[in-house]
Amino acid sequence: MAERNSPIIEFENVSFKYRAQREPTLRDINLTINKGEKILIAGQSGSGKSTLAHCLNALIPCSYAGEMSGILRVDGNDPSKLGVFGMSKIVGTVLQDTDGQFIALTVAEDISFALENDCVPQDEMFATVKNVAERLELSDFLTNAPGELSGGQKQRVSLGGVLACDVKILLFDEPLANLDPATGKRTIALIDEIMKNDDLTVVIIEHRLEDVLYRDVDRVILMDGGRIVADKSPDELLCSDLLIRYGIREPLYIAALKAAGADLRSESHPQHIESMDLEPYKDRVRTWFHGMPAHNRGQASESALSVEGLEFSYNEKRKVIRDVSFDIKKGEMVSLVGKNGAGKSTLASLICGFLKPDKGVIRLSGQDISDLSVKERGEHIGYVMQSPNQMISKPMIMEEVGLGLAVRGVAQDEVERRAGEILKICGLYPFRNWPVSALSFGQKKRVSIASILIMNPDILILDEPTAGQDYMHYTEIMEFITDIRRRLPVTIIMITHDMHLMLEYTDRTLVLTDGQLLMDDTPARVLTDENICNRAYLKRTSLYDLSVRCGIDNAGEFAARFIDFEESRRGEAKDVQTDIL
Amino acid sequence: MSRLISYEVKDTPVHRLSGFTKLVFFILWCLVSGLTFDTRILIAMLILGLGIYVLAGIRWKQVSAVFAVIMFFMVLNLLGIFFFAPYQGCEIYGTRSEIVHLFGGYTLTREQLFYEFNVLIKYFTVIPAVFIFLVTTDPSELASSLNSVGVPYSISYSLEIALRYIPDIQDEFTRIKNAQEARGIEMSSKGRLMDRIRNTASIIFPLLFSTMERIDVVSNAMELRGFGKKPKRTWYSRKKLTSADMAVLTGIVIFFAVSMIITFHDGNRFYNPFIR
Repeated sequence: MAERNSPIIEFENVSFKYRAQREPTLRDINLTINKGEKILIAGQSGSGKSTLAHCLNALIPCSYAGEMSGILRVDGNDPSKLGVFGMSKIVGTVLQDTDGQFIALTVAEDISFALENDCVPQDEMFATVKNVAERLELSDFLTNAPGELSGGQKQRVSLGGVLACDVKILLFDEPLANLDPATGKRTIALIDEIMKNDDLTVVIIEHRLEDVLYRDVDRVILMDGGRIVADKSPDELLCSDLLIRYGIREPLYIAALKAAGADLRSESHPQHIESMDLEPYKDRVRTWFHGMPAHNRGQASESALSVEGLEFSYNEKRKVIRDVSFDIKKGEMVSLVGKNGAGKSTLASLICGFLKPDKGVIRLSGQDISDLSVKERGEHIGYVMQSPNQMISKPMIMEEVGLGLAVRGVAQDEVERRAGEILKICGLYPFRNWPVSALSFGQKKRVSIASILIMNPDILILDEPTAGQDYMHYTEIMEFITDIRRRLPVTIIMITHDMHLMLEYTDRTLVLTDGQLLMDDTPARVLTDENICNRAYLKRTSLYDLSVRCGIDNAGEFAARFIDFEESRRGEAKDVQTDIL
Repeated sequence: MSRLISYEVKDTPVHRLSGFTKLVFFILWCLVSGLTFDTRILIAMLILGLGIYVLAGIRWKQVSAVFAVIMFFMVLNLLGIFFFAPYQGCEIYGTRSEIVHLFGGYTLTREQLFYEFNVLIKYFTVIPAVFIFLVTTDPSELASSLNSVGVPYSISYSLEIALRYIPDIQDEFTRIKNAQEARGIEMSSKGRLMDRIRNTASIIFPLLFSTMERIDVVSNAMELRGFGKKPKRTWYSRKKLTSADMAVLTGIVIFFAVSMIITFHDGNRFYNPFIR
């Protein structure tokens, strides 16, 4: 087998500048990756981590034009000479979008796609596909279409597609972005297993550090502004303050240990909470916990949205929503969670009136709304889709934000007045006369939320507001939503996969599994309940492990107090910012 | 989401044939039907076609909607021929046996009726062939069959991609439509026609942008896996030719040759019952 510790990827003073940009995206990269290593590349959006990955599979410079300097060798070859096709036999790339990279009509054809393009005879393909499918537990799905697969299965198909080519290096571009937490965890375990069996080198690009570190990683490369700012073992990196400095979220248990004032040492192996040596820090954590004020549960107010005995099915065979009842109070921020296909989107569609329930009542401030049309409900219940590109239809910001009022026949100057007001609240007023296309993703997201808020809805439903965003943009979007909640009398429901989001920002969590409401409680309690987490494909928070291992019985309360503490710290940071401004 | 004509997995002699065989059969069959006006051949094809249709076990529901549309155009076509060329039949067959005078310059003749009868059966020879081909051919096999009759694979594969992404884009369309409707952009029949046309833009643009994003991902993914680098490619889903395939292929080629000979041996595409 391949000799270990010999370099397989070598960057020597590599710089790259996209043709359309003035500044280089990669500067002076020096990096050696050895055979059999597992490397995590982390960094914010725009740090150059994806550009670095594109150098490995030769998309740079073959598909994205630009100037490249320095020397890059991958398995002894120069990627720019071998081209994308040549490199695809050495480096197998699994992209972030599990749906988009599923090209063929069935699983078997997608696994064999690269083989077909390489003119491999049919019998050989049958054998390879059979073998790969067995290893990835896909044998029962070979004739399935992509629409019949879950996100995790689709990702295994993509992985199968590259494994079929006998590659030496596996490159994962944000593999966790579209998966629910439990599936993400299984993906990481699967990557680990395959790499050990096949003696592969693995490079993972991801900003969800805690999830990747679920299995051992040899080194973490931290990037910022096109440079490598750290190249350390995870243990060393977690003990430093580099992650925070470069905008990467620390694992929650690490953040909690640091909050408690623990001086982390790499000897205690903080990479996994399960195996970490907590002896030196236990007392500190306990003292901190008892010193923090108890978590204050908000007082119940009037009902904003209540659902009673809701049932829905697309056909007679399977009920998608089964006897769901809950009551959301005015001003609450609620998260709606559950694995892909649990019925979250269907529930939102029922509330908005896109679908009609078979049974049950939906009440808005106590009033039954079953007779209201989609448009009429839209005046009370605003629905914001995942990507702003799915919503924005006007070229100018002012027009887009005012659209909801304009189509309802409100006079032009009134529309402009209200649009101006909302744009001020949303921090977009200075851009009011800009074209939408000039905005960043985060700003577009704000525009799409503003265009809903202008109708003064009582309820705002946000579908995956932070999907695919790094920590910095995640924080930007979530702080914006929190701010909206402070300024406007609106009740917010968020559909999300993000355990951090639900823990940090929401008061209450509705957990859906197979169309049933499994739990309706505070996020801290949901995420410290192992049974619920397993059934709903959630991932138990590492704060639970930390508190239990430190001898604190009430893990839910521990998590809640830590989140309160983080929130107050964010508040302080904001006050400081405002003072400066 | 239901589509008009869709492949259904079944095990009939027709389903078991390779897509290549069915495609060649379909092309030659349509050629014969298009070229000949020999009523004997057309009637033979009509009976044979209906026989295969029954053999393929196609459910009427799968094709009824499309059938209705074709019928509409057929009636339009037949009426059109009569109104624009009421004596086409007489010209072709060289005789004129009037049945009844209708109005103005329009007289119904036996020749015209016979000619239009031929056009009618032509429709009915092609319709079952189209249905059989579409309903019994695995879409995955379609691209490989097209490729094996000489269509470049980059073109035949784009058909497969279209089939792959149409359901996705339909879903996306519904999602966007719902969200825009909630914002008050009326799409239902309640709104005025002009408004609805204008409002369509509010769905089309977001749909276009999100589709563009998708195209970018797909084309990168295809390139990363070597699509288009070699002049040829192999196909996982191609069925090997069996003896049944060979028999059908031989049969259709002989049928094609024979009908061409019968049709053209007297230098005229038309079978003429009016000559005594």
